[in-house]
Amino acid sequence: MTAAISADGIRQRYGDVQAVDGVSLTVEAGEFYGILGPNGAGKTTTLEILEGIRKPDEGRVELLGMAPWPRNPKLLPRIGVQFQASAFFRKLTARETIRTFASFYGTGPKRADAMLERVGLADKAGSMTEEMSGGQAQRLSIACALAHDPELVFLDEPTTGLDPQARRNLWDLLRDINREGRTVVLTTHYLDEAEVLCDRVSIMDHGKILHTGAPAALIRELDDTVRITVESGQLAVDRARELLTAAGAEIAALEDDGVSLSVSTRLPAPILAVLAEQNALRGLEVRGATLEDVFLQLTGREYRA
Amino acid sequence: MSPTTSTEPKVPAQRGGSAGNGADAGRERVSAFWSLSRAMLLSFRRDRSALFFVMLFPLMFLLLFGTLLKGATSPHAKVAQVGAVQVLDSVQGEGRTELEKVLQISKVDDESAALTKVRKGDLDAVIKQDPDGRIELRFSTADQVRAGSVQGILNSIVQQANQAAYKEATGKPPAFTLDATQVEDQSLKPIQFLTPGLLGWAVATGAVFGASLTLVGWRQKKVLRRLRLAPVSAFSVIASRVVVSTVTALAQTAIFLVVATTPYFGLKLTGNWWLIIPLVICATIAFMSIGLLAGSIAKTEEAANGISQIIVLPMSFLSGSFFKMDDAPTWLKTISEALPLRHLVDAAGSVLSRGGGVMDALPTMGILLGFAVVLTLISAKLFKWDDV
Ligand SMILES: Nc1ncnc2c1ncn2[C@@H]1O[C@H](COP(=O)(O)OP(=O)(O)O)[C@@H](O)[C@H]1O
Ligand SMILES: [Mg+2]
Repeated sequence: MTAAISADGIRQRYGDVQAVDGVSLTVEAGEFYGILGPNGAGKTTTLEILEGIRKPDEGRVELLGMAPWPRNPKLLPRIGVQFQASAFFRKLTARETIRTFASFYGTGPKRADAMLERVGLADKAGSMTEEMSGGQAQRLSIACALAHDPELVFLDEPTTGLDPQARRNLWDLLRDINREGRTVVLTTHYLDEAEVLCDRVSIMDHGKILHTGAPAALIRELDDTVRITVESGQLAVDRARELLTAAGAEIAALEDDGVSLSVSTRLPAPILAVLAEQNALRGLEVRGATLEDVFLQLTGREYRA
Repeated sequence: MSPTTSTEPKVPAQRGGSAGNGADAGRERVSAFWSLSRAMLLSFRRDRSALFFVMLFPLMFLLLFGTLLKGATSPHAKVAQVGAVQVLDSVQGEGRTELEKVLQISKVDDESAALTKVRKGDLDAVIKQDPDGRIELRFSTADQVRAGSVQGILNSIVQQANQAAYKEATGKPPAFTLDATQVEDQSLKPIQFLTPGLLGWAVATGAVFGASLTLVGWRQKKVLRRLRLAPVSAFSVIASRVVVSTVTALAQTAIFLVVATTPYFGLKLTGNWWLIIPLVICATIAFMSIGLLAGSIAKTEEAANGISQIIVLPMSFLSGSFFKMDDAPTWLKTISEALPLRHLVDAAGSVLSRGGGVMDALPTMGILLGFAVVLTLISAKLFKWDDV
């Protein structure tokens, strides 16, 4: 079976910025695939190249077995796209907006209205898109991407700027979309989102994909690292390193960001003993690794969205 | 999780693909075209400032200029009649109504008071009849145009009266008659050049701004990009914009003609006035190509607005939209020949009120469409889907 997406060695440069620097990826049909990375990592540019609205400087892309560039009308009805910023006509209501977009695909108003209902906007159908909240606009945008029943859906940071409740609601919707058999490609700069939603996730930074895998597997690869944090200011970093080394503790990472002192390790016992000895247990937290630790290990820096 | 590990019943992945293709592709194109047209019309109708700028603003100019210039050369003169004047008094019934359209006659007894009013400009002329039948007309030379028109009108009335008298006496129609209305139609009334001029300006404004702002607005709001990702042909997109602009232009035309032909402004349409419809359609397409060019160059709506204004306003002046170009230097007239609006204004004036026919309109329509083709080809070279 052909993969939903296969990209090989794509590169894109804007002036001095190498926005995408040799990205290769494969997305299987039916997969929920995430591209995770901080702002400016090159996620949007990568997505635009996959969608076929940008021609890469280098590299090859195939969508559902076809080349998306140049514009391929055979391919277009089979994909649905939601942009990072919502793209609506001026002065139209939510209902008019989705019906208009649906009509481009020969999809009737009934199905368009049903889609509006599905994303929970039935009561907002008569509102002008200009007057909708961020979350409502995002949901309308997703509904417009889905109205024609595409098999491959691209979503660019769909939950950015939403409050926690709206985010969770949207997650439920996205999971449902994927369960119905659609391939979903999503970009996000939220670690928890990638962890919760994606079958597989690629971690991206500076235009490169650093690692790809199931979130759980990525975390497991960190060999059950445990992260210990205490309130900052109880023990200096240098002194801590000295004491911990003397105690024979194994340290994967050690740093103090001004708020908390954190140590990553596979063997927490000796470290906890040292901290207790130094009476530096205020604000103690011990937790298993997350994608944040994966990012830290891959890039050597803290993850900052 | 691969598709096979999912516990939920997954819908076959090919379903979406077949829904959008196949036998009913033709019907889809039509519905995309109509729904785009509808979306644009709704946006326009709900945009108060655009509606005002395109529909009401030019109309205000027509009302303003029409009213201001109405007095200037209007044949409607105020005349005081002293005592009985047979040629005037004998005009009754329908003839009287016609006469009062051009002459406002008041009967007075005090001749010297009336003459003072003429001197002060409150009256245009005083008319009286001698016992021997001689008609005396006394007017001020301060307003020569007005004086001339009063003279002309009276002359024709006297001649008609003479002819009637001749016919009564001999039983034969006179060998020579003068059609009095001819005198009036030869002189161009202001409304006759104001209507095509201001209408042309209004149509140009609507079409240029409509095309440029739509293009830039859509590009900025990523709608253009969204359209590109939908199976909509460029033809549908352009055709729907053309339809919307054309509908707007025809609405402007209808409103202008209704207002201009009211008795107050008194525009008289001549036989082939309906030719204004194909003329306006061709002109709209020509003006839209200007807007397309402006929208292809401009990156922001403000820039598109500025560029459009820089084009439309000078073009309107040079095309004689606001005042006639008769006295302009030759080189300016030559420049104006290159402007589509100039051709629209000339042809519209001809077919609306100067009896022009198909042969006056056809060459203009050709020029307008040719202009559109050239500019659209240039725009296609400069066109960008994205603003980055
Ligand atoms: N149109 C553009 N012109 C110039 N630079 C751009 C453009 N789009 C993106 N960039 C730059 O390319 C890099 C990647 O951007 P982007 O793909 O938007 O990343 P992300 O979506 O992960 O935030 C950034 O440094 C950004 O500033
Ligand atoms: Mg982005």
